[in-house]
Amino acid sequence: MTELLQQLINGLSLGAIYALLALGYTMVYGVLRFINFAHADIFMVGSFIGYYLGGHVPQATLWGGMVVLLATMLGGALLGVLIERFAYRPLRGGPTLNVLITAIGVSLLLENGGQLVFGATPRTFPQLFPFERFQFGRLVVSSNQLTVIGVAALLIAALQLVIFKTRMGMAMRAVSLNPKAAQLVGVNINTVISFTFALGSALAAAGGILYSMNYPSIDPLMGVMPGLKAFTAAILGGIGNIPGAALGGLILGGAETLVGGSRHLSTYKDAIAFGILIVILLFRPAGLLGRRMVEKV
Amino acid sequence: MPDSPRQNSTPSSPASKPSALDSQLSALSGRLRLPPRQHLALVAGILGAVVVSLFSGSLDAYFLDVALGVGINIILAVSLNLVNGHTGQFSLGHAGFMSVGAYLSAACTVFLGPRLLGHGDPGALAQNLLFLGALLAGGLCAALAGVLVGIPSLRLKGDYLALVTLGFGEIIRVIFQNIDALGGALGFNGVPAYTTFGWTYTWVALTIFTVGCLVNSTYGRGFLATHDDEVAAESVGLNTTRYKITAFTVGAFFAGVAGGLFAHLKLSIDPRGFDFMRSIEIVVMVILGGMGNTLGVILAAVLLTLLPEVLRPVAEYRMVIYSFLLIVLMLARPQGLLNFRFGKNRI
Repeated sequence: MTELLQQLINGLSLGAIYALLALGYTMVYGVLRFINFAHADIFMVGSFIGYYLGGHVPQATLWGGMVVLLATMLGGALLGVLIERFAYRPLRGGPTLNVLITAIGVSLLLENGGQLVFGATPRTFPQLFPFERFQFGRLVVSSNQLTVIGVAALLIAALQLVIFKTRMGMAMRAVSLNPKAAQLVGVNINTVISFTFALGSALAAAGGILYSMNYPSIDPLMGVMPGLKAFTAAILGGIGNIPGAALGGLILGGAETLVGGSRHLSTYKDAIAFGILIVILLFRPAGLLGRRMVEKV
Repeated sequence: MPDSPRQNSTPSSPASKPSALDSQLSALSGRLRLPPRQHLALVAGILGAVVVSLFSGSLDAYFLDVALGVGINIILAVSLNLVNGHTGQFSLGHAGFMSVGAYLSAACTVFLGPRLLGHGDPGALAQNLLFLGALLAGGLCAALAGVLVGIPSLRLKGDYLALVTLGFGEIIRVIFQNIDALGGALGFNGVPAYTTFGWTYTWVALTIFTVGCLVNSTYGRGFLATHDDEVAAESVGLNTTRYKITAFTVGAFFAGVAGGLFAHLKLSIDPRGFDFMRSIEIVVMVILGGMGNTLGVILAAVLLTLLPEVLRPVAEYRMVIYSFLLIVLMLARPQGLLNFRFGKNRI
C-alpha cells in the first residue's frame, strides 16, 4: 500500500512535467494543426540554460532557483518565437507534411547543434532549489518533487487564466477554432501564433528545468523520449484541449511509474505510454476530453 | 545499378497522335509477343544486379557497403511511398516493420541455418536458398505485423494515424529489447554476412516493379482514389479500408525484406537502430522525393544516403549540416526536391 502511494507520488511529479510539455504541443496543434517536433528540444535547451545559469546564482536557494526558472522560461520563449518566425512561418498555408518535416529538421538541428555546443556527454544538473527529504512513515517525498508538482500546477493555472481571461487568450481560442474567421474579425494571426509559441516554449523550458531536478543527468538527446510521451499525452487527452493535455500527462506519468516500479513489467516502461494511447484511440478516437469532429463533404 | 522498371507515370499528352514508329513497334511486339515493358525492365534489373554482383569482389569494400546501404534505403523508401505517397496514409512505423524482418530473418539464418546446412561449407547455392527463405520469412512476418497493426489503426486519420503507427513501432522495439533469445537490449550479434549486391538490387528491382505495377493497375487506381478523397472514393463503392490495409501490408513486407538485408549486411542488429528516428529518415526520403513520385523517391533515397557519407570529412558538423539542409530544402522546394511536375496535380 505504502509502495503504491509512493509510486503515485513519483508518478504525479513525472506526470506534471509531461503535462507541462503536452500543453505546448496541444496549443501549437490547436492554432497550426501540426506536430511541433522541435518542442521536445526546447525542453532540452531549457534544461541546458538552467545548467549554465545555475552556476551563476547561489545554489540551493529559493530566489536563485526562481531567477533561473524565470530566465529560462524567457529564453525558451525567445527560442520558440524565433523557430516559428524563421522555420514555420514561410511554410504556412502549405501542406502540413512539409511543416512536419521542417519541424523534424529543426528538432535534429537543435539536437545535433546541442551535441556540438554542449558536448554529447551527460552533465550533472545543479541543485537549484533548497533540498530536503520529508518522511511520512515509510513514505519519502523530496522537496524537489513537491517543487515540481507545485510549479507545474501554478504554471498550468496561470496558463488557464491567460487563455480564458485575457484578450490574447480569446484571440488564441478564436484562431484555433477558425483562423480565417478570426482574421476577418481583425485578429492578427501572426501575433497570436508567435504568442502561442512563446507560451508553449516557456512551459517546455520550465519543464526542462523541473525534469532535470528529478533526473539530474542532462544531455542533448534528453528531450526525445519525454517529448514523444508528452505528445502522446496531448493526444490521449484530446488534442487542442488544455485540461485534456494536463489530464493525459498525469495519466501517462502515473502509468509509467507504476509499470516501471512493478517487478515483471519494468522493462516495458517505455512502451506503456503508446499502449495506452492505442487503446484509447481505438475506443475514443478524439481522446478523453476531445470532441469528435464530424466530417462534412 | 539496374534499370528501374518504373512505369511511365506521366501519361503523354492526348494531343500527340500515335506516331508511325509507335504503331510499328506495337505491331512488332504483337508479332513477337514481347512481354510488357515493365517485365522486361524487371528482368534487366535483376540480371544487371547479378552481373555486377559477380564482379563485386573487385569493388572497393567501402563503396560496396555504401551501395548496399543505398539499395536498402531505396527498398524502404519506395515501399513506404506506397503507403504515404500513393495511398496518403501517414505512417511513422516503417522502422518497426523493418525490425521485425531483420530479427526474424536473422533468427532464421542463425538458428535454423546450421541445422539445415550442416556445419561444413554448405556451398553457395544452399546458402543463397537459405538466405532467400530467411528474407521471405522476415518479409512475411513483417507483413503479418502490418495487417495486425493496420486493421485497428487505419480507422484513424492524419496525425492520429502517424502517432499510432509511431507507437506501434516503439512497442515492437521494446518487445525486441525484452526477448533475451534475440540478444535483448544488447543487440543480436553473429548474423552471417549473406547480403550481396545481387540480392540487394534484385529486391530493389522487385520492390519498384511490384509497387509500380500495383499502383498503375486498374485495381491500384483505388490507392490513388483513397489518397485524393476518401469520402468520394467510398461513395463510388471502393472499399478504402481494404486498400489501406493492402498498402500497409505490401509496404510492411518490403520493409521486412529490407530489414533482413540490413541485418545480413551489418551482421549485428540493435533494437535502438530501429527507433522512430529511423522511420523519420525514411519519411523524409519520401517527402523530399515528392510523395507518390517513384523516381523522385528513389533519387531522394540515394541522395540522403550519400549525403552523410559525403559530409564525412566534416564529421563533427555533418548531422548539423544534414538537418540544416533539410530545413532549407523544405523552405525552398516544398513540393519535394525532385518533383518537377509543376502546375499539375500528381496522380
